[in-house]
Amino acid sequence: MRLVVIGNGMAGVRAVEEILARGGGERFDITIFGDEPYGNYNRIMLSEVLAGNEPEDAIFLNGLAWYEENGITLRAGVRVRRVNPFARKVYSDDRGVTRYDKLIIATGSVPYVPDIPGMRVAERGFHQGVFTFRTIDDTRNMLRYAKGHRRAVVIGGGLLGLEAARGLQNHGLDITLVHAGGHLMNQQLDAQAGAVLKRAVERLGIRVELNARTSAVEGTEKVTGIGLADGRSIDCDMVVVAAGIRPNAELARASGLVVERGVVVDDQMRAVDEPDIYAVGECAQHRGKVYGVVAPLWEQARVLADHITGADPAAAYHGSRVATKLKVAGVNVAAMGVAGPEREDDEFVVFAEPSRGTYKSVVVRDGRLIGATLVGDVDKVAFLSQTFDQGLPLPEERVRLLFDLGGPSAETSVAELSDDAQVCNCNGVSKRTLVETVRGGVRSVTGVAAKTRAGKGCGSCRSLVEQIVDWAAGGAAEVDPSANWYVPGVPLAKPELMAEIRARGLKSVSAVFATLAPGGAEDARSKMGLASLLRVMWAEEYVDERDARFINDRVHANIQRDGTFSVVPQMKGGCTTPDQLRRIADVADKYRVPLVKVTGGQRIDLLGVRKEDLPAVWADLGMPSGYAYGKSFRTVKTCVGTDFCRYGLGDSTALGIALESTYQGLEGPGKMKLAVTGCPRNCAEAYVKDVGVVAVEGGRWEIYVGGAAGAHVRKGDLLATVATPEEVVTLTGRFLQYYRENANWLERTYAFVPRVGADHVRAVVVDDAEGIAERLDRDVQAAVAAYRDPWLEGRDPATPGQFRPALPLIEVR
Amino acid sequence: MTGHRLGPVADIPVGEGRAYTVAGEPVAVFHLRGGDLRAVSAVCPHAGGPLADGQIDGQVVICPLHQHTYDLTTGCSLSGQKDLRVYAAEVTADGEVVVSVP
Ligand SMILES: Cc1cc2nc3c(=O)[nH]c(=O)nc-3n(C[C@H](O)[C@H](O)[C@H](O)COP(=O)(O)OP(=O)(O)OC[C@H]3O[C@@H](n4cnc5c(N)ncnc54)[C@H](O)[C@@H]3O)c2cc1C
Ligand code: SF4
Ligand code: FES
Repeated sequence: MRLVVIGNGMAGVRAVEEILARGGGERFDITIFGDEPYGNYNRIMLSEVLAGNEPEDAIFLNGLAWYEENGITLRAGVRVRRVNPFARKVYSDDRGVTRYDKLIIATGSVPYVPDIPGMRVAERGFHQGVFTFRTIDDTRNMLRYAKGHRRAVVIGGGLLGLEAARGLQNHGLDITLVHAGGHLMNQQLDAQAGAVLKRAVERLGIRVELNARTSAVEGTEKVTGIGLADGRSIDCDMVVVAAGIRPNAELARASGLVVERGVVVDDQMRAVDEPDIYAVGECAQHRGKVYGVVAPLWEQARVLADHITGADPAAAYHGSRVATKLKVAGVNVAAMGVAGPEREDDEFVVFAEPSRGTYKSVVVRDGRLIGATLVGDVDKVAFLSQTFDQGLPLPEERVRLLFDLGGPSAETSVAELSDDAQVCNCNGVSKRTLVETVRGGVRSVTGVAAKTRAGKGCGSCRSLVEQIVDWAAGGAAEVDPSANWYVPGVPLAKPELMAEIRARGLKSVSAVFATLAPGGAEDARSKMGLASLLRVMWAEEYVDERDARFINDRVHANIQRDGTFSVVPQMKGGCTTPDQLRRIADVADKYRVPLVKVTGGQRIDLLGVRKEDLPAVWADLGMPSGYAYGKSFRTVKTCVGTDFCRYGLGDSTALGIALESTYQGLEGPGKMKLAVTGCPRNCAEAYVKDVGVVAVEGGRWEIYVGGAAGAHVRKGDLLATVATPEEVVTLTGRFLQYYRENANWLERTYAFVPRVGADHVRAVVVDDAEGIAERLDRDVQAAVAAYRDPWLEGRDPATPGQFRPALPLIEVR
Repeated sequence: MTGHRLGPVADIPVGEGRAYTVAGEPVAVFHLRGGDLRAVSAVCPHAGGPLADGQIDGQVVICPLHQHTYDLTTGCSLSGQKDLRVYAAEVTADGEVVVSVP
């Protein structure tokens, strides 16, 4: 059975996960289309990425490996144009036609952008200073633009607008929030609660304009401001529109499905009259309702999976009661059900203390809680959400709903929370799981979060997770300040760590532990990171301790899933000779290498070599190590350039070989992959490498840094355009050294360059703004001089049993 | 309990592990930096990874394949996998590794 999913977002992939959990992997041959060129990520966390609190990598839910392991074909970056339900075919933008037996539509929403004069530029889409906030690309674009600009207007005072405002403010921008409604978050809050929130937001220095209708975006070349309907204007350099979302159901409509606001579905999430088409997530409309938050999606995904796999054909979705818990601009807000009384006999209990930023209210109908709002003080949120979700009977004294009157404290309400209660809606973690994790010995909130993924979604449940962990740990939860340490075992951030290492002359990993780790304790998870750092800092003086290395670096080959290794002979610039090829072929025969494969970096990979055979394989090959392992300088991919290509403008092959010869084996915080291409046709894909070099007209070379084409796709930033290959070699080394010294452990250049800012990198590396260029050149040269071909260890093992197999095993007598 | 002599302790570099088959059982023996030995089953319960190739500290070993972590003294998984079997291991006066299998 072929299952096709359109939409690689939170709902589509969650539905697939649920299907796999029900054994659907066996029954379905799954293809997922996503028009964003990425794996599946947590959209909620974009707010944190924008605010600079989380790196982009941290928000990916399923890496490419997950798709592979589950036999799912991911068509990332491919948009589906139309579905033909009669022929059961899906037509995609790449002119592909995919047949399906079952189809899931999970296309989410699109930002709603009001048609305001100046917002759009004819034929070009949005004005260059106008942004929406929905995708990774949107977030990146905003961050990039924010760097060079000072003032932003955010249009829309709902959840998304507040998040955008807070996020941009973190980057030093001056923010005005323009909201058409009479109070903030008017979807969830009543006027009084909205006023409390406004004060809290203003206290952070964000200006808030209410009842303000935007009538124009001003400025032709660049945005210069916005105009309001009352005649005023507000100066700004960028505009973020967060005025709401619309279900993305155009595709379904164009394909003849029944669409009102969203794709209309029944209680099994099937599209009307289409037994083989399902819809989930923000694009689906169930019993007249569309949802704009994730919790309902999880329920929908479960029902869909129960139904499509036949695990429970009777499963039915009855709609969700939506409770919102969030932290907006540092203020806790929780809202569920209705915001105020709707019928004459509804009870409405309110407490407000605007000066302290506190507001609490509950709405009670027929003895049941039908709505609650908390701003500022959200201690009661656990108790209230459970009461709300399960329709539990209420205490006689209603005020107990708002306060712990010497009665149940936050702790007791956590104690009362039922074991099944789902605490983290993003990742579906129950109270029971949290408690069991703590009982299992994990006593810090970050530890529990790492293990269960609770609180790693939108973060709104974090305070509840903290309360539960604290309660389960008997009030003795540990705080984990390790987030910004360079490695988990030494409580120092990278700059301080380097300063200590230098001041005390610590040249081995064990010396660092003995001197700087609490109690002098070694920490296995910290060893690789420290080894790498010490080598960068001390080059030849570094005292190498083999146990500090990962197995790949102990045996100079890449460990594979069955405990065998892969060997990649060096072929500088991707060039080889008939003699080398012959030797490689002989070795492959002699050692029965199960797979010989050309790698993405233009090298030949011998996969499945047994550890004990490694020294003999290297000896027979008689070539140096090709660095396919380790956090180090890998390969330089090249195109044929001027040698044979009729377009070639520069000798890319020669330059690639020069770069590889110079910097081979250089360690760093992450792997470094390079390419040199002979003209902007870019056959060697240089724009998406850690360092990419492109020959351009006039005998010049462009150097790009921070590119990536793995799980992340990013075009590098232009570092410099230079006139000679020698300058390329120098600037590459200087950039790599700067990266080696300043990046976090495992931080690739595609994360590093945007974090410190391409302008800054350029200033330091090219313009020598900090006066360290000469020193960087010197230090990278010292590292280059310390290079030894690691494969020589095959002849003279560094440790006893260096190449002894760990699996399968030798019987002792 | 029978003790098996596995050869000189110098065969296991400090801070590393080596794998042996002891009475038919695959066993990884680790030489802690403090000098003590630890012995646990050599095959990672997660997906069969070679634990002797893992990295250790005074407490744990981390499997090189997917970084699941196990306590070297108790064999308990610290990341939700099945636990490892543990074996008594010591160095004799003449510097030989002895691992006991029940
Ligand atoms: C910045 C931000 C913060 C948020 N914060 C919260 C929060 O705190 N709490 C909360 O509950 N919710 C929050 N949300 C909302 C939440 O992210 C959404 O409810 C959720 O992502 C919806 O899931 P979905 O799968 O329906 O849509 P999406 O996650 O948007 O996935 C749809 C995917 O389908 C792709 N697609 C669309 N059309 C096509 C096509 N024709 N072909 C191929 N692919 C296509 C889209 O590119 C997209 O990747 C937030 C949203 C944003 C943007
Ligand atoms: S990048 Fe340009 S020079 Fe190099 S092979 Fe392609 S077309 Fe030829
Ligand atoms: S095999 Fe050991 S962690 Fe996967």
